[in-house]
Amino acid sequence: MTDSKEASNKAYWSANLRLIVFCLIIWATVSYGFGMLLRPWLMNIHIGGADMGFWFAQQGSIFTFLILIFFYAWRMNKLDKKFGLEE
Amino acid sequence: MSQFMINMIFVAGSFVIYTWIAIWARAKSTREFYIAGGEVHPVFNGMATAADWLSAASFISVAGLISVGYVNSSFILGWTGGYVLLATLLAPYLRRFGKYTVPDFVGSRYDSTTARLVAVVMLIIISLTYVIGQMTGAGVAFARFLEVSSTVGLIISAVVVFFYAVLGGMKGVTYTQVAQYVVLILAFTIPAIYLSLQMTGHFLPQTGFVGQHLESGQPLLHKLNEVVRDLGFQDYTANVENKWNMFLFTLTLMVGTAGLPHVIIRFFTVPKISDARWSAGWALVFIALFYTTAPPLAAMARLNLIESIYPAGTEQAPIVYDERPEWFKTWEVTGLVKFEDLNNDGHVQFYNDKNVEFEQGTAADRGWAGNELTINNDILVLALPEIANMPSWMIGLMAAGGIAAALSTASGLLLAISSAVSHDLIKNTLFPQISDKTEMLCARISMVGAILIATWLGINPPGFAAQTVALAFGMAASSIFPVLMMGIFFKRINAKGAVAGMLFGSAFTLSYIFTYLGWFFIPGTNSFPNTPEFWVMGISPLSVGCIGALINFIVAISVSYMTEKPSAEIQRMVENVRYP
Repeated sequence: MTDSKEASNKAYWSANLRLIVFCLIIWATVSYGFGMLLRPWLMNIHIGGADMGFWFAQQGSIFTFLILIFFYAWRMNKLDKKFGLEE
Repeated sequence: MSQFMINMIFVAGSFVIYTWIAIWARAKSTREFYIAGGEVHPVFNGMATAADWLSAASFISVAGLISVGYVNSSFILGWTGGYVLLATLLAPYLRRFGKYTVPDFVGSRYDSTTARLVAVVMLIIISLTYVIGQMTGAGVAFARFLEVSSTVGLIISAVVVFFYAVLGGMKGVTYTQVAQYVVLILAFTIPAIYLSLQMTGHFLPQTGFVGQHLESGQPLLHKLNEVVRDLGFQDYTANVENKWNMFLFTLTLMVGTAGLPHVIIRFFTVPKISDARWSAGWALVFIALFYTTAPPLAAMARLNLIESIYPAGTEQAPIVYDERPEWFKTWEVTGLVKFEDLNNDGHVQFYNDKNVEFEQGTAADRGWAGNELTINNDILVLALPEIANMPSWMIGLMAAGGIAAALSTASGLLLAISSAVSHDLIKNTLFPQISDKTEMLCARISMVGAILIATWLGINPPGFAAQTVALAFGMAASSIFPVLMMGIFFKRINAKGAVAGMLFGSAFTLSYIFTYLGWFFIPGTNSFPNTPEFWVMGISPLSVGCIGALINFIVAISVSYMTEKPSAEIQRMVENVRYP
């Protein structure tokens, strides 16, 4: 592997790791945060007939997970292109 | 036409479709048998993954489980959130690695037959526990809807699975799963839409859930809280004071989900890494259709059930037993609904007699002498079409849906087991010299063996079969997930670390579960009663998998740093997995 290739691979991998960490922070915030631990403080915010914590525990987190996975796929495919790593 | 005939037509019709697919999708090489040639479109793979994932237990029991209230949100979060871990931490890299099975990855990455064999053992424990529940689930669905004994139902299911799984391997399984997904999701969502329209006027159960209850004009969840409170139950949306266990249990289910071999191998079947990423998204789309419908269905079905026992409102007297509705009679026969007239007034009092304050107050004032109606949680889904007066074709559809859910998950699991036996045990460990053709024969024979064992265990379920959640998810979280993740993200982990990690992680998890649930699940052999005051740090045995995973990580990292570095070749292999 040439030096420049190695440097570019390193940059690609750390960009990927940053993206994963970002996704997992949101993943944890909506499910363990809003849906669970923070629920008592969100009782006054309502989503229709449900309080925000309850809604995130039973509906909102799933929608967020969906957005996260597609966002990750889209960003990674762009990264692949940028670093010339497409299959 | 009788209900039996309608059910028969739906179930037989779906079986004809599966068999037709089996003949069309015959596997011609091991590559087709193990990973469907690696040519499955990401959307189809998403559907197949969803069918793989949505089991008989999810179809029949999840709505009942969630209907207990907020505390069981763990199941919803756990069984969907694991896909974020899969999509970002495992699926694309495992696809890039280009192997056929999960132990195959472990064996090659750590360059160790021991690691491969340990992974095979873990895989078989996890998948076998899981598959027994599916086989009995299929039997139960048959027995309920087609008036045959559950043993006969189970054998019919085994024959159908035999057809497409032995002939088609992963290819046959994949395309039948696509068809099974369509059947099961229609069977689950149509009754939910029907109920949502009836109770809230919303077409989408997801919006009806947070909408108004038509009859009372109150928000649905407020109405439900009020009704259950009137009967001495805890509020539906009541908060949980101590969230420690809810947190750990959710984490265990998420990590366990990402570590289940039959789900992971689905991502080996798509053509490219980018497809594996998209496919995880599509899988969650199809799973989310189910899991965002389940909570509204649970809430509405529970309200609907109480309303049918208290037709004039919870303040008024409940129904008279002699005038009980048809569904009540139907399901009494199965024992899932039980009535005992404790105060001899002929009425069916249904309330929470475990609530001491309520028992001594309201219940005593109303002349109630204890709860008289015992309802199995599964009734919420099984009897839904009848309780909500749905047309009879919907019942037929439910029958086909329940069976589809059981068969699709069973076939995914059987494939995971048989490919680990034929590819990892026979081809890669015992007889490396066999040809592709012989290996394929071995794969088919292993599949036959797996089906026979699963059928036998389904008819004579051992004690541990009821412990799918504890055993399968706990083991997947504490053994498979960490070893895969470290294989990709930590170059320094060597074979010794991986093997030690898997063994310590799973041994810890198993011993903790056995301590409270009985050694090898033999009743009465538990060392401590399974109640919170005896749990170490308040950790329930069902939630311990994530702690086992942590132990796996710590042991694997410590052992690896104390022993030699992985060879340069292995390090290069890990590098290659990271870059498409």
